[in-house]
Amino acid sequence: MNPAAIWRNPITWALIAIALVIAWTSVFAVVPETKQALIVRVGKPDRIVNRYRDNEDFGRTGAGLVWRIPFFEQIVWVDKRVLDIDMERQAVLSTDQLRLEVDAFARYRIVNPVRMYVAAGSERRVGEALRPILGSSLRNELGKRSFAALLSPERGQVMDNIQRALQRVATQYGAEIVDVRIKRADLPDGTPLESAFQRMRTAREQEARSIRAEGARQAQIIRADADADAARVYANSFGKDPDFYSFYRAMQSYRITFGTDGNEASGGSNIILSPDNEYLREFRGRRN
Amino acid sequence: MLNDGGGGPWGGQGGSGGSGGGDGEGGGLGPRNPWSEPPRKRPNRKPGAPGPSALDELLRKGRERFGNGGGSGSGSGMPTLGGRPIWLWAIAAFVVLWVLLTSFVTIGPQQRGVVTLLGGYSRTLTPGLQFKLPAPIETVEKVDVDNIHLIDVGGGGQGGQNLVLTGDQNIVDLAYSVRWNIRDPELYLFELADPEDTIREVAESAMREALSRVTLNDAIGPQRSQIEGRVAQRMQELLDSYRAGVAIQGIAIKQADPPAAVNEAFKQVSAAQQEAQSYLNEARAYALQLTARAQGEAGAFDRVYAEYKLAPDVTRRRMYYETMERVLAKTDKTVVEVPGVNSYLPLGALNRPAAPAAQQSAEGTAR
Repeated sequence: MNPAAIWRNPITWALIAIALVIAWTSVFAVVPETKQALIVRVGKPDRIVNRYRDNEDFGRTGAGLVWRIPFFEQIVWVDKRVLDIDMERQAVLSTDQLRLEVDAFARYRIVNPVRMYVAAGSERRVGEALRPILGSSLRNELGKRSFAALLSPERGQVMDNIQRALQRVATQYGAEIVDVRIKRADLPDGTPLESAFQRMRTAREQEARSIRAEGARQAQIIRADADADAARVYANSFGKDPDFYSFYRAMQSYRITFGTDGNEASGGSNIILSPDNEYLREFRGRRN
Repeated sequence: MLNDGGGGPWGGQGGSGGSGGGDGEGGGLGPRNPWSEPPRKRPNRKPGAPGPSALDELLRKGRERFGNGGGSGSGSGMPTLGGRPIWLWAIAAFVVLWVLLTSFVTIGPQQRGVVTLLGGYSRTLTPGLQFKLPAPIETVEKVDVDNIHLIDVGGGGQGGQNLVLTGDQNIVDLAYSVRWNIRDPELYLFELADPEDTIREVAESAMREALSRVTLNDAIGPQRSQIEGRVAQRMQELLDSYRAGVAIQGIAIKQADPPAAVNEAFKQVSAAQQEAQSYLNEARAYALQLTARAQGEAGAFDRVYAEYKLAPDVTRRRMYYETMERVLAKTDKTVVEVPGVNSYLPLGALNRPAAPAAQQSAEGTAR
């Protein structure tokens, strides 16, 4: 009798404790700020705790303790944060038949957990459902544009259209598309990239040539300007007395050509003078 | 977690539950006996340690107290009566210790502590030693606020180029880094599923958007800082629209080069620029030289002319004779007196009769 009482006592306590723990955990749960709790009563969504609302302040959200009826009600956890869909790279053909590899991402948030639960079951499946739609609406939208438009501010318009298309589907899953963006839009490897490189190369060569030509042109102008300047200076100065200039320049020229101007003129010179030469005027004696 | 907190109120029962668990092991009695014996073995086991004596004191008190309670309740459980309070007290001590340890939290100078009360955001702790409710009730998450995080995009030297299309449909190899820190710790923790990845994607998107508005030459050269500013601003806008709680401190373009495949052509361009520059330099040198010469000659002429005007005839004649003198002094001369004689000129021997000719001319000048 005594041992039985001894043994029974702690076990009873333990069982009570365990039962209490189970009861506690099956009734109460903690809803963190990052989650919405959808409470499902025998398969039917009943109520939502900590549902997302626009621009709410933390501290005034529904996060905290939540209770439920054990076994009848289950909690389905739904992420409250902004989630992302990262798309596989898509090959997109623009209207001018240029192939582009586009990498896009979308951000979404579950705003209607009930619809999400009914339509998809989990937020992961929402992402999986939205991903191909993001891809196809991207292809559709970009396929309507020329290559150049993808690189222009028009891109914002494209994004808006894609976001709208995606939002239509997302609404069915209780999600809200926060943002759609093109992460990268690249030319695919191989021929398109090579030909782009080739184009860049030839453009550079052209640029190099035009730079050289421009340099040559400017150099020529500078030389011509200098020539003109020199001519002007000469004309200003020599024009004062052309006759004297002719004489003065002739004298200079004689000195240089006959090698008397310091530096030796190449080749010897012989001069045959006629007695009538001006230089010999006095040589013959005065005749007049 | 919650169960621990809930266990608090029924600490007494918890104690008994604990002893029950001990019994469940089968060898439960084994460990319990040494515990009840320590008073005898005390000196041998832990000599001089104040801890055990205090613990023993505690145990004895507990045993007495429980003895009273147990005596009135179930008098039959004498051997286990000693065990129960020990577990009870151990658990009580554990709970006290737990409460003490988890009620205070040290927030580092660069940190903020985001406190959640049963999951819900409660407050943000500033640096220092801070008090909060014990662990399961309030939890704190420390977030580095001042720490500047760095995200590198492109480059990295793995050989992979980060090719980006520019507005003029050229391609540039781009590497940049994003510096950011956390501005609102609670937004940072609660709003985005994967903040770092989001920042990276937003950075890529914003950078490519910015580059699609500039030409290749601008991207490589002068507009880098504008691009950096634009991207930082755009990123901040986007992240704010996500309520990411992140502040972009800056973008640094580390590298914006033409892709390796076309680098040679770009080098040719800079070579051409150098070449064009050298053309210009040569032309300028020529121009300087020419102008200087013209000015020099003109200046010389002007001076001579000024003198010449004072006495034109004399100066002219003087200059003529001086020049002729210098010219003829150095050359061989032949003076042909009579017009009929000049039918034959011994041109080959002209060098020889230099002396007589000189004499003739000398005579001429003497006369």
